[in-house]
Amino acid sequence: MTRAAVEIPTKKKLRVATTSLAGCFGCHMSLLDIDERLVPLLELVELDASPLTDIKHPGPCDLGLIEGGLCNADNVRMLRVFREQCKVLVAMGACAINGGLPAQRNHLDIRDCLQTVYLSGHGVERGFIPNDPELPLPLKQVHPLHDVVKIDYFLPGCPPSAEAIWQFLTDIIAGRTPHLGHGLIKYD
Amino acid sequence: MTAKTFQMDGHDVPFEEGQSILAAALAAGSYVPYLCYHAEFKPHGSCKVCTVKVNGRTQASCTTPAREGDVVESNVDELNELRKNLVQFLFTEGNHFCPSCEASGGCALQAVGYELGMTTAHYSPLFPDRPVDASHPDVLLDFNRCILCELCVRASSLVDGKNVFSLSGRGITKHLIVNAESGKLADTTLSVEDKAMSVCPVGVILRKRRGFKAPIGERRYDAHSISEVAVAHPEDEAK
Repeated sequence: MTRAAVEIPTKKKLRVATTSLAGCFGCHMSLLDIDERLVPLLELVELDASPLTDIKHPGPCDLGLIEGGLCNADNVRMLRVFREQCKVLVAMGACAINGGLPAQRNHLDIRDCLQTVYLSGHGVERGFIPNDPELPLPLKQVHPLHDVVKIDYFLPGCPPSAEAIWQFLTDIIAGRTPHLGHGLIKYD
Repeated sequence: MTAKTFQMDGHDVPFEEGQSILAAALAAGSYVPYLCYHAEFKPHGSCKVCTVKVNGRTQASCTTPAREGDVVESNVDELNELRKNLVQFLFTEGNHFCPSCEASGGCALQAVGYELGMTTAHYSPLFPDRPVDASHPDVLLDFNRCILCELCVRASSLVDGKNVFSLSGRGITKHLIVNAESGKLADTTLSVEDKAMSVCPVGVILRKRRGFKAPIGERRYDAHSISEVAVAHPEDEAK
């Protein structure tokens, strides 16, 4: 009997995709803040599309973690791709949940914003409003993810602490409903 | 003579004649979530977060006098879900961007959200446009966070005798206003020593040059949840 015939039963890894839409990557930094627990985590999960793997488009996944809200058309497109590909979709962090910092522009007119930044702002010379076809068009207002697709879980915080992310992921991996107690639910 | 009691969630709660269910419960160490109640003011009964079931009927516990033998339900899933819904409405109606708010960590709305396990406001945010009033030399008003509890209105008229604040409009257009012809806080007699300065449960009435004075970890609800803080110091909660 050859060695190759001996099969060691291995548990199927959870396939996870992550992305940052209108976010600052702070939530991804907080994910990395789980430090040495990344090692056991990577024994249990396989990363698909993610800024950490540089894979751009997710295949079928068990779990999708989305940081950031929706500020442009490409954010909306990518969110829909994630919803299609991920069995469980998570809004991670303040921006994904309520628009966060980018949504602080929501009471301003988008045209005025662009004109001030690119044309009339202090120190701007020979400015123009970028209009390359490759650039996604900004939305009139910034939206949270649940305005567009169904979100299964919300993991609040700006960013959620490494402890909160760890608690959330270990609950999901173990097949439990994620539960964040006092000290782990934070909106700031 | 034994004290009069009612039953809440299976425990006997003693009360004094005329005391509300909420006040008696807090004094006895049983937390009931609330936002517009303040021990020093006549109860208002408007936020409805303190709603309990009294002998099977839903009532605001801050305005319902305790009666001997009442059977009260409070910390049950059904009521906590309804309370969470009310808090979600408040987060949806205003602009509650906690990361930039000076009141974060000491905010009753946020702390009640934590207490009720709220991870999202659930509804589509309204993103209202409410300009701030920075006209006063010592005080900033950020109307984006107002939950219409009227504590500042009550404190200013009843304690300070100044009547600086009012609510105006009805329904979804209801909002906090400043009683001055210009509508600006600078044109009122508000001073930083006023009671109205210390009662806002959220981050509307802010003392200038004091922002973020308490570091993260030392803020009011960092170490202990609002349910612990409220029963430890029922007399000074909501300050």
